Amino acid sequence: MKRILVGIKRVVDANVRIRVNPDGTGVMTDGVKMAINPFDEIALEEALRIKERGAADEVVVVSIGIADAQQQLRTALAMGADRALLVRSDTAVEPLTAAQVFLKLIAREEPFLVILGKQAIDDDNSQTGPMLAALWNRPQATFASKIELAASTAKVTREVDAGLETIEVDLPAVITTDLRLNEPRYVKLPDIMKAKKKPLDTLTLAELGVEPRAQVKLVRFEAPSQRQKGVLVKDAAELVGALRKRGVI
Amino acid sequence: MTQVLIIAEHDGAKLNPATAKCVTCARGLPDANITIAVCAADATAVAAQAAALAGVARVLKLENPANAQPLAALLAPQIVALAADYTHLLGPSTTFGKDLMPRIAALLDCAQVSNIMAVVDATHFRRPTYAGNAIVTVECAPGAKLVGTVRTASFEAAGGGGAATVQAVTPAATLPAHTRFVARAAAKADRPDLQSATRVISGGRALGSAENFKILYELADELGAAVGASRAAVDAGFAANDMQVGQTGKIIAPELYIAIGISGAIQHLTGIKDARTIVAINKDAEAPIFEIADFGLVGDLFQIVPELKRLVAGSRALKAD
Ligand SMILES: Cc1cc2nc3c(=O)[nH]c(=O)nc-3n(C[C@H](O)[C@H](O)[C@H](O)COP(=O)(O)OP(=O)(O)OC[C@H]3O[C@@H](n4cnc5c(N)ncnc54)[C@H](O)[C@@H]3O)c2cc1C
Repeated sequence: MKRILVGIKRVVDANVRIRVNPDGTGVMTDGVKMAINPFDEIALEEALRIKERGAADEVVVVSIGIADAQQQLRTALAMGADRALLVRSDTAVEPLTAAQVFLKLIAREEPFLVILGKQAIDDDNSQTGPMLAALWNRPQATFASKIELAASTAKVTREVDAGLETIEVDLPAVITTDLRLNEPRYVKLPDIMKAKKKPLDTLTLAELGVEPRAQVKLVRFEAPSQRQKGVLVKDAAELVGALRKRGVI
Repeated sequence: MTQVLIIAEHDGAKLNPATAKCVTCARGLPDANITIAVCAADATAVAAQAAALAGVARVLKLENPANAQPLAALLAPQIVALAADYTHLLGPSTTFGKDLMPRIAALLDCAQVSNIMAVVDATHFRRPTYAGNAIVTVECAPGAKLVGTVRTASFEAAGGGGAATVQAVTPAATLPAHTRFVARAAAKADRPDLQSATRVISGGRALGSAENFKILYELADELGAAVGASRAAVDAGFAANDMQVGQTGKIIAPELYIAIGISGAIQHLTGIKDARTIVAINKDAEAPIFEIADFGLVGDLFQIVPELKRLVAGSRALKAD
């Protein structure tokens, strides 16, 4: 069975205006819209397209988090994933722990490809993919904007600061997605109904034999300093004058 | 003493300015002794530039034909082989550092703090989360080895005038054969680099086409500016991917940033908040970009941009007389 494992993180929706809570312990999440991390949606879309081309047989989605993360896994199943696994943790896990969870699941599922997002839009850490590849002792292709699969290799185009870089990796491998890889499909209503019947299993960290790490303590959250609102100028000439006066042109 | 190892970013010939910013971040650590590692096929030129950075004690050359391209899977084991001597390992939060540093951290079984924007002390750091909408202070276990990426927009580049010792080392590491470099299509090098330019002009969806981006390039040429873009402009194919500014693109801190036909979504703003002066040109007076702009101009960009170019060029000609 040619299997692809995809990570699905539950995050605050990208369109929500984030506010730090008054006691500085985090951001307000009560009644806030939650969603699949956008990069994970791209990861799932890519896995589904690979399967639809006949290059994979099964797409398994994995989330690590609270029971409510089932909502995001159901959405992933509605998009087209075959099965879902929820690894329960009531506290947010650190990236190294997330990588250790995936490593355990890799031993069980034996995927030929693991596709994760390049970053989660909540903690903005960008760590789990390369950490998993390191623990697994396998290649990583981060920031992918194009994936070409062959029998035992993948050619991946990566969005790097200098432009586009292409590397070739042996499979199995970890790939992390960038924005231009694809445009995720919309979920259709009948698919939501069908997804209710697809398997969604729950596991605990202990069942997987993963001891969560707590190496980085989040001491205090603060709102960022605000920039002062400036002035409106009436035309291009006034703008050039103002910039010249500031010495920036 | 805090022993810091910074992994140099470079293109084989030139040290990337991001490395000099990591040096400034490292100097914020108490009693820091700073070493820079240069992994290259021939590290001579880059090592010399690294050795000249103020505050650097030592530069290590890791020369190997396999280091001709910065492949994380190959570099990580070499750095890990040297890591025993260091308390902190730092790289820039560029695509180079984001790719490499977590691989190093996992091999060392230690934590990483990403996008460090301020050093409080050896174990406390400040970093942005939620697209910069929340700043979190993190505490790392005292005495534990730590890997970090440095948010380059938060630090000035270290100056020159240093005279670090340069030394060749051969780490005992087996390099995997499972990852191979194929090609890189780099952006044209005839313009200022987006991440280090003092002036940046960015265009958004409103530009409407790659063709129309030309008017931005023409203005940029007059100002000696780099050109950036919003995600919408990149997704639509008006601009190259390496031009994207924002939460999931490049985080920049130029002296002057001009946002043209960009609405000012939070994901974009987080990439430009550290700019000294922000200018917004947008036909919608209600666009959120005006909330953070020092100077706002409401109007049609297709009229304003060519006019700006004429005014800037004209007054330059006057000055030259
Ligand atoms: C996961 C994720 C990551 C993201 N990362 C980034 C990122 O890194 N960087 C980023 O930029 N975005 C990012 N975005 C996208 C972001 O949310 C916005 O969609 C995007 O920034 C909008 O681009 P824009 O301002 O060019 O387009 P729009 O929001 O469509 O704005 C166009 C603006 O042009 C103005 N306009 C139109 N015609 C004219 C004219 N003739 N003259 C003057 N003004 C005109 C309009 O009034 C409008 O304000 C991300 C989104 C997600 C979900």
